[in-house]
Amino acid sequence: MVSHDLKPLTALGKDAAEVITLGPYTFTERFDVALASVATRRGRDKDLAKAAKAAGVPLPAPARFAAGTPYSAFWVAPDMWFVEAPFATHEDLARLLKIALGETASITEQTDAWVRFDISAPDLSPLLERLSNLDLSSLPIGYASRTVIEHLGTYLIKRSDTEVTLYGPRASAKSLLHALEVTAKSVI
Amino acid sequence: MTQANRISGGQIDRTQSFRFTFDGQPYIGHPGDTLASALLANGVQLMGRSFKYHRPRGPLSAGSEEPNALVELRSGARQEPNTRATVAELFDGLTANSQNRWPSLRFDALAINDRLNTFFTAGFYYKTFMWPAAFWEKVYEPIIRRAAGLGSMSRLEDPDEYDKGFLHCDLLIIGAGPAGLMAALTAGRAGARVILADEDFRMGGRLNAETYAVGDQAGADWAADAVTELASLPNVRLMNRTTVVGAFDHGIYSAVERVSDHLPTPLPGKPRQTLWRIYSAHAISAGGATERPIAFENNDRPGIMLAGSLRAYANRWGVAVGDRVAVFTNNDDGLRSAKDLQAKGVDVVAVIDSREGGDLLPGIRHLRGAEVIDSGGKLGLRSITVRQSNGKTEVIRVNALGVSGGWNPNVNITSHHRSRPEWRADIAAFVPGAGGPDHLTSTGAAAGTLSTYGALATGQGQALAVLESLGRSAKPVALPKAEDAPIAISPLWYVHHGKGRAWIDPQNDVTIKDVKLAHQENFSSVEHLKRYTTLGMATDQGKTGNVIGLAVMAELTGRSIPDTGTTIYRPPYTPVAMGTLAGRSRGKEFKPFRLTPSHKWASEQGAVFVEVGNWLRTQWLPRAGETHWRQSVDREVLATRKSVGICDVTTLGKIDIQGTDAGAFLDRVYANTFSTLAVGKCRYGLMLREDGMVFDDGTTARMGEHEYVMTTTTANAVTVFRHLEFCRQCLWPDMDVQLISTTEAWAQYSVAGPNARNLLQKLVDQDISDAAFPYMGAGNVTVCGGLRARLFRISFSGELAYEIAVPTRYGDAMIRKLVGAGAEFDAVVYGTETLGVMRIEKGHVAGNELNGQSTALNMGLGKMVSKKKDSIGMAMAQREGMNDPAGYRLVGVKPVDPANPLTAGSHFLELGAAPVVENDGGWLTSMIYSPHLGSHIALGYLKAGDQKIGQRMRAVNFLNKTDTEVDIVSPHFFDPDGERLRG
Repeated sequence: MVSHDLKPLTALGKDAAEVITLGPYTFTERFDVALASVATRRGRDKDLAKAAKAAGVPLPAPARFAAGTPYSAFWVAPDMWFVEAPFATHEDLARLLKIALGETASITEQTDAWVRFDISAPDLSPLLERLSNLDLSSLPIGYASRTVIEHLGTYLIKRSDTEVTLYGPRASAKSLLHALEVTAKSVI
Repeated sequence: MTQANRISGGQIDRTQSFRFTFDGQPYIGHPGDTLASALLANGVQLMGRSFKYHRPRGPLSAGSEEPNALVELRSGARQEPNTRATVAELFDGLTANSQNRWPSLRFDALAINDRLNTFFTAGFYYKTFMWPAAFWEKVYEPIIRRAAGLGSMSRLEDPDEYDKGFLHCDLLIIGAGPAGLMAALTAGRAGARVILADEDFRMGGRLNAETYAVGDQAGADWAADAVTELASLPNVRLMNRTTVVGAFDHGIYSAVERVSDHLPTPLPGKPRQTLWRIYSAHAISAGGATERPIAFENNDRPGIMLAGSLRAYANRWGVAVGDRVAVFTNNDDGLRSAKDLQAKGVDVVAVIDSREGGDLLPGIRHLRGAEVIDSGGKLGLRSITVRQSNGKTEVIRVNALGVSGGWNPNVNITSHHRSRPEWRADIAAFVPGAGGPDHLTSTGAAAGTLSTYGALATGQGQALAVLESLGRSAKPVALPKAEDAPIAISPLWYVHHGKGRAWIDPQNDVTIKDVKLAHQENFSSVEHLKRYTTLGMATDQGKTGNVIGLAVMAELTGRSIPDTGTTIYRPPYTPVAMGTLAGRSRGKEFKPFRLTPSHKWASEQGAVFVEVGNWLRTQWLPRAGETHWRQSVDREVLATRKSVGICDVTTLGKIDIQGTDAGAFLDRVYANTFSTLAVGKCRYGLMLREDGMVFDDGTTARMGEHEYVMTTTTANAVTVFRHLEFCRQCLWPDMDVQLISTTEAWAQYSVAGPNARNLLQKLVDQDISDAAFPYMGAGNVTVCGGLRARLFRISFSGELAYEIAVPTRYGDAMIRKLVGAGAEFDAVVYGTETLGVMRIEKGHVAGNELNGQSTALNMGLGKMVSKKKDSIGMAMAQREGMNDPAGYRLVGVKPVDPANPLTAGSHFLELGAAPVVENDGGWLTSMIYSPHLGSHIALGYLKAGDQKIGQRMRAVNFLNKTDTEVDIVSPHFFDPDGERLRG
């Protein structure tokens, strides 16, 4: 469908996503995920729930992430979610969601507003307790929350005991990665 | 060196030796030593000079309460002033120097102050430097500042890194003495999440400094076993070298962990210290107690220290501070020091006990009803003068004296929410009062339970209470046997004798006389006493001296100590380095950066960047041969006006506004109307604050029936979004409106100039002719054969202009495409300077005019405030004063002589008017050189400016000493009819 010759750059300004390993920590930049916000139109909660269910778009409870295929989603604010889907097949995610959800929701493309880092390690606490005030070890798997890391508003999703996802502001991708790296170096 | 004063025992590792220097002299100590214990082991008692009188001083204590033994630790950029030698952990290669002395510690020329002490009483500065008043700022203050202070700054950048972090627990226990350890064992065994923090590098508190048994073990061994057990519990976090420095709201405590201070330099990548924010459900203060001295004449000589510290040096560090030792006490705990020292083989020549009667210590000369009234010695203690119960005085030769005036429970952290400590007469000390931080309790000595058994019992009891409130069941366990002696104290604050000086706060050189003077001059409230005398200030915050000062004031005023009151403690408990508070937010890492989509390309071109908030924007792009920024900017402006220029405008805030009430919502937040805007069009919008002043401006496009995209200024992107969210959530929650920022989602470029359309048409897949995409058009398009994009026909430069937006990942490719496609038009890429030049030529307001004190009318935009509808700020904008015909109006300014420069910030004066405030006509807000007009031009706010177009005035700037004749003109210097942008 798209035939342009514009070459994309990652948020870190590279041709391809980076994987950085520091001691037990692996930081994987994810460049292959499309993102869109879905916000309930006032009074259309039930209609949205119905349409989303039909379309296979999960709309998890507050502070939760829900995985699915092709759509995953996490809660970001009252009556608002971010929906994820594979970029390769859903680059125009917002348009696809609009078709599915119609006037039940306001939908906005968010793919390139964010940089996504997946962080994994056998024990993430030493790193994340120096970055975020979330009490990671006591949080359930599937927890999602906004949290501030080095002055940057980010979203954190606890995917398992050994893996979290961070969405940070794209324009500050290098600053965010720098914070992750120097903090990792201080604890390895 | 010999470590002549090292005796047997202690918790030091004698199998290893550390070399260190003090004032250049080499010494040897051991792992487990502090700098103070190692120096004392080497026979060094003199470690510093006092603040005001430059009196020789040695350590008073063996802990963080230390007022005297302050040194400059390390050298070069790591030199740290005012470090307490008593808590500085010894490491191999440590270097320390004494401070506040010249030329040397042993001979300090400023010790002359001591001879002149009658002049340097409390209030000396206040009384002496009053006149002439003009001398204060230029003469007195610089001199006093130079003379004041203790250590010196290296003035070099701190080479170390500092971390911060966040911890969570059910129970934070502050202090790992017997009470804290017992509380931790109780809560930890029950499965609670426990953090046990202790400022010492070795946990155990006083158990490490005593000879008591706990159960069938030495106290220190019991403590070590307890720490081992706690370390095995996954739910317990042990944090030694960690001082809890403050209690804040909602169970939050701050703590400083000295990660690397015990090492010569931090390991690569490791922080020197970490500042922790601890979120706790409950906290227990188990910070123990601090001994206080008894004041007597010349009680500040090196060798005179707290009796409990004297025995701590012997028991924990294997150091005899002197070989002829005496103890002066008013309580039984002082007697323990004498017994412990004697058991260590130290010659205890006398115990001077101020109390009458009672049993005598066996094998020691125990003088009952006696007092030490003076001391002798020059750089260290050589003798004490004792007044016996019969009034007879005797000089006793000693080189160390332990003094015990009783123990003050550590009420510091419990006072941080302004809880006032309460007096307990039975122990002659303050204990934590009611009204402290929620869910914080005190235990052990910190609560006034001063025996070891009492500490264990209350530690367990407090932990059980916490567990119960957490819903966890736990039962008390049998406690080990331990010392449980009652407190036997007969308060004695100071010795009534003679007219000499008796120190109560050695750090600030505050004496009994100073307190008396404060009282004499009616500064008798505790708060006044503190500020008049400086009692309790500086690094030790009066941990040893405060209560004595209060007691003296109580005696002088005839009140009780509780009636006299006490100052209360504030965070931090002990000094915290500024670097620790700053963490990683310093230098170029002070804040995160935001990089524009064209950043990589612009970097390759050698662009000069400017910080705009967190953004790094291209300021201009120099070309080969250009040596001055004006050359680059003039070229960019002229090329854009001649053909076409490209500028990255991604930084402008973009807010996606959707919902069936989106148009009505915009009508309320903007002064002008948006609900009538046609789909596919955009409009300039003016946003007011509630007070009617202009808040922000920008264009908003209607992309669909219920979908708008608002742009804001770069500076106000966040504040406008926050404002809109407030309006949506709080003011009009019934409206169907959803907001989200898309600032970073789209790479947006302005393409401006007569050839803008020709350039863009090469890339945009749809027809963008004037007919198909007219002025102020907006819509979704595709570029380069199918990439989704947004196009807006808006102009900030006055030229035919568009803004084209593509998903940010394609922003780099798009700038390269634009530059490539523009080559045939000699397109330039321009930065913020050129942006500024062109907007001023066109008369557009920006940050300098949107100064928060200006109305739409001031800006010449009064007609934009619609009175047909209600909107934020509309009512207040109608105020009489804001509609004054003689008020400020935006005008253009040109120098009469085009060769004359203008200076931003200059003020308007009528020709011939005196340069006084009454004649001030307004000011120049923005100034640039216009290559198009060949002259400097400016915008400005001029009183009744709209009526003064065509007048000649002066622009006067006292700071730059310029006085320029100017013509007041329309702010629209360039294409006032807008023919170019509609072209």
